[in-house]
Amino acid sequence: MSETFTKSMARNIYFGGSVFFFLVLLALTYHTEQTLPERSNESEMNESVVRGKAVWENNNCIGCHSLLGEGAYFAPELGNVFTRRGEDAAFKPFLHAWMKAQPLGIPGRRAMPQFNLTEQEVDDMAEFLKWTSKIDTNDWPPNKEG
Amino acid sequence: MTIMNPHLKFQSQAVAKPYFVFALMLFVGQILFGLIMGLQYVVGDFLFPLIPFNVARMVHTNLLIVWLLFGFMGAAYYLIPEEADRELHSPKLAILLFWVFAAAGVLTILGYLFVPYAGLAAMTGNDLLPTMGREFLEQPTITKMGIVVVALGFLYNIGMTLLKGRKTTISMVMMTGLIGLAVFFLFSFYNPENLARDKYYWWFVVHLWVEGVWELIMGAMLAFVLIKITGVDREVVEKWLYVIIAMALITGLLGMGHHFFFIGAPEVWLWVGSIFSALEPIPFFAMVLFAFTMVGNRRRQHPNRAATLWAKGTTVTAFFGAGVWGFLHTLAPVNFYTHGSQLTAAHGHLAFYGAYAMIVMTLISYAMPRLRGLGEAPDERAQTVEIWGFWLMTLSMVAITLFLTAAGVVQVQLQRLPMDGTAMSFMNTVDQLAVFFWLRLAAGVVFLIGLICYLYSFKQRARATARDEAAAAVSA
Repeated sequence: MSETFTKSMARNIYFGGSVFFFLVLLALTYHTEQTLPERSNESEMNESVVRGKAVWENNNCIGCHSLLGEGAYFAPELGNVFTRRGEDAAFKPFLHAWMKAQPLGIPGRRAMPQFNLTEQEVDDMAEFLKWTSKIDTNDWPPNKEG
Repeated sequence: MTIMNPHLKFQSQAVAKPYFVFALMLFVGQILFGLIMGLQYVVGDFLFPLIPFNVARMVHTNLLIVWLLFGFMGAAYYLIPEEADRELHSPKLAILLFWVFAAAGVLTILGYLFVPYAGLAAMTGNDLLPTMGREFLEQPTITKMGIVVVALGFLYNIGMTLLKGRKTTISMVMMTGLIGLAVFFLFSFYNPENLARDKYYWWFVVHLWVEGVWELIMGAMLAFVLIKITGVDREVVEKWLYVIIAMALITGLLGMGHHFFFIGAPEVWLWVGSIFSALEPIPFFAMVLFAFTMVGNRRRQHPNRAATLWAKGTTVTAFFGAGVWGFLHTLAPVNFYTHGSQLTAAHGHLAFYGAYAMIVMTLISYAMPRLRGLGEAPDERAQTVEIWGFWLMTLSMVAITLFLTAAGVVQVQLQRLPMDGTAMSFMNTVDQLAVFFWLRLAAGVVFLIGLICYLYSFKQRARATARDEAAAAVSA
């Protein structure tokens, strides 16, 4: 680099630039906080949804599945599983049957462990996944296969 | 440390050695679990239910993070005294924290392997302060607290060394990066009930580490090694370092927006994330120019060819892995189809290996011969073996990335691009990708061979010294 561009100029860009963009990040975070309650339907986040999130976390579901596209990519996306598996009337019975049937025991197929969840825990998880499917994700995923 | 090591400027730098050795041991574990997962990708019930995929993945990613942290700490203990021009504040504290961190790490991994995750959560009282079950932050809350304690002790130790000594740009940047690492880790204790909010702040740990403050650490480590092996004027190196970290933070802070496209955050992020993350390759490109210019203008021919190769290699591989492969899918209209596909995995592998695994191995390559009392460089034969390890690991990681990229492209074609009704389901899609996953597994085996080669080069060095000493004794 040429001699006209000195170390102290570089240092000033570093300090000035990082402080400025950090402040912009804070402002955008404030904006995000303002919009999140509506975009995530926070008012519909009942106790069952909150308990369902704990069931999701305590069993490390993210270790195989993805949720809103984040997680492992070993098992299907579950952010929209509520819409993929029949919505309101069908979803809860489906989830109960599905969790009971694991592991499917098909040789060579990716296998899901049996987590021995209680009826209540499966109900809560169903509520959590239903609520999650309604988050405004800018229309992601592109189709129901997730 | 009863015997003086003439190859260290300060004897307390020796505390770096156990950190480097343990880092490499964990690295081996990471690769073994990577191979298990690679096989589970095609033989789905391999080792089921003994080691389910989620457990193997948790071990694989957590070992990665922990061995890199050991590597960064070792690097700090080695370079901070030399830069500060004084002994480390407390070598005893450094050794004590080594054992605390190593024990906590091993216990956590054993917990993952031998206790069902829900049991581990119950045992460690996760309900009191729920932090578990989120990607990369799977550690029990008590382990996270342990990490904070170790980090505080570590920062105190190198901070005191720095305060009492010479303050160079390199040491200040390293310190800033490490403080940032500790500060942003605190977000791992914040787990809001609202999933969208949880995801937003989760990235304050993950993104602001790997695309933020870790780049400061990488830049400082690279600058330190380049000064040592090229003899280029410090003033020039420090100017480059400031440019690199300025670009890293200017692009990286708002570049975080590329994670906020589809997780519930507002639409403004589609623009901010696309624009700033499109600029994120710049600091990595600057590192390539930096390394090659410095080596090109070198004032001396350093005998450690391997360290020079690592220093150049880390910048190029990081540029492709983090820069180019990141850019491939970072624009919102593209990411709409690629988000959470095998392309993400492809990018993650080359970026982590190129930027962080390789910078730690760069420093180890430079510092280990001195720490082991061998001198500036290991003997020629050991270097040749190390260079074989470099190429085998690096080229096989490139192959892994290309196979996963191919898998990702086909996945997007089958599962993401078609409309409802014609799009293939996830499970049917992965069946179609099997050939890529087998090839990826084969490349993973080559990586392991490369790693064995690399580790074997350390054995060669030890033998070489014994031979040299014997020769010295004979001639005396």
